[in-house]
Amino acid sequence: MKQMKSVTLQNITKTYDKGKVLAVDDVSLTIDKGELFGLIGPDGAGKTSIFRILTTVLLADKGTATVDGFDTVKDYQAIRNRIGYMPGKFSLYQDLTVKENLSFFATLFGTSIEKNYDLIKDIYEQIKPFNNRRAGKLSGGMKQKLALCCALIHKPEVLFLDEPTTGVDVVSRREFWEMLKKLKQQGITILVSTPYMDEAVLCERIALIQNGRIMSVDTPQHIIAAYPVKLFAMRANNIYKLLSDLRKNEQVESSYPFGEYLHVTLKNGNEKDTGELRSWAEKQGHTHIEVKDIEPTIEDSFIRLMNEKKEMALPHS
Amino acid sequence: MEEKVIICKELTKKFGDFIAVDKISFEVNKGEIFGFLGANGAGKTTAMRMLCGLSFPSSGEASVAGFNVYRQQQYIKRNIGYMSQKFSLYEDLTILENIRFFGGVYGVPAKEIKRRSNSLVEKLGLQSEAKKKVGDLPLGWKQKLAFSVAIFHQPKIVFLDEPTGGVDPVTRRQFWDMIYEAAASGITIFVTTHYMDEAEYCNRITVMVDGKIEALDTPQNLKKQFAVKSIDDVFYQLARGAKRSAD
Repeated sequence: MKQMKSVTLQNITKTYDKGKVLAVDDVSLTIDKGELFGLIGPDGAGKTSIFRILTTVLLADKGTATVDGFDTVKDYQAIRNRIGYMPGKFSLYQDLTVKENLSFFATLFGTSIEKNYDLIKDIYEQIKPFNNRRAGKLSGGMKQKLALCCALIHKPEVLFLDEPTTGVDVVSRREFWEMLKKLKQQGITILVSTPYMDEAVLCERIALIQNGRIMSVDTPQHIIAAYPVKLFAMRANNIYKLLSDLRKNEQVESSYPFGEYLHVTLKNGNEKDTGELRSWAEKQGHTHIEVKDIEPTIEDSFIRLMNEKKEMALPHS
Repeated sequence: MEEKVIICKELTKKFGDFIAVDKISFEVNKGEIFGFLGANGAGKTTAMRMLCGLSFPSSGEASVAGFNVYRQQQYIKRNIGYMSQKFSLYEDLTILENIRFFGGVYGVPAKEIKRRSNSLVEKLGLQSEAKKKVGDLPLGWKQKLAFSVAIFHQPKIVFLDEPTGGVDPVTRRQFWDMIYEAAASGITIFVTTHYMDEAEYCNRITVMVDGKIEALDTPQNLKKQFAVKSIDDVFYQLARGAKRSAD
């Protein structure tokens, strides 16, 4: 049974600044072999601390963790041989060329570029024309591809990708996720973090994380299905006025902008329908009103979970 | 006729043979929320730097807040605010000290700084943090504070370069509430973002590809024009043909 688990965390806690900053708060989590697992949360949620603990470059204050069956403290050397790690910050040698970086990492792990070429082929061939360019002179998208090649060159069992798509445009982000899907087919376990909620649905299972705590772990589909009330999307001629009117309406439980619509939930929301919202909006003098029932997104679930955890209590602006 | 606060005509910037910004033309109205989108390396930052008076164009014309980008850069700087994802307040100063410093730099009278900073701190709900160092604030609050400081001197235009990167979805929306409020008070918002849902919050958006403006319209019209459901798809259609990529 233990063999089926690729990564486990048990009650992992990490603080910084002599205990003043709680970065990871009693996190327990299990990731299966071959799974594409997403850690979804904003900056400061604790994603990077978790990655650093699992990749054995940071010690937890409390709790235990294993990677590929090995303990992150006792067996850290064994883990380092079995994982690939792409940190959020570009960490290759800027003064070495593309080819030199790749050879360096291959040699470090006692292998060669040729030996595992099939694993990196698709990605590497996109940057091969720049083989002799120094890594520091590559564009963002190319750096990202080189970093992924270097993390893969020793055929790791588990791949840790810390915010690989942050600050990357939509086109490169889609390409990157295509690459991850292909790697998953090779049986590699992938733990990836992202602040982009729309990328969550591309993972098999996700953990929503905020303020060092896991709010929910499940498949994206289950998390969406667990949304407890009806969600309405609404717009009208003056969307900003509509929002401020909604916030004054006592029947409204929550309302917030979401793309071109406002998303709205109502108190006793499951008994209500779009007609009530529409006639209310008409009475308020809105025109061009559109109201519909919609399926929540992961971002809606995240917002709801965040609001339920009152520890987030932000002073309202 | 609506008042134009940014007018750009064939604005161009070359670095040697490389044409970073290639004859872009557009106008931005007073109080408008104008979204400036583009793939990495499309030339957004270069264009923005010219409009902020930080870099001279190679050719073309532009005026910002009524001032010429070649000859009146110092007046432009006085009349705009700027904020980026990279936190730009002084981490070792308190909230009040930061406000006082930036207010002073932009020439707001001391009495006025005092009055406005008190109401600002109250509005942000940061009374108990006002004398704490800014570095200790959570990211979301930092960004909200940075925005407030960027518009503290009541500029005509505020330039926001990916202001919400990495910020949680609830705070991201609170941030946009502040943007709407500023726009309603007459401040023009010029904003770049990687979140395509935020593009929908803009009155009009442009999409830059390889130094050129390839699309400019309201989010709704662009979706119609490209026959797609989201701005994400508009962007994808335009940007996937891009030849350039950079940071």
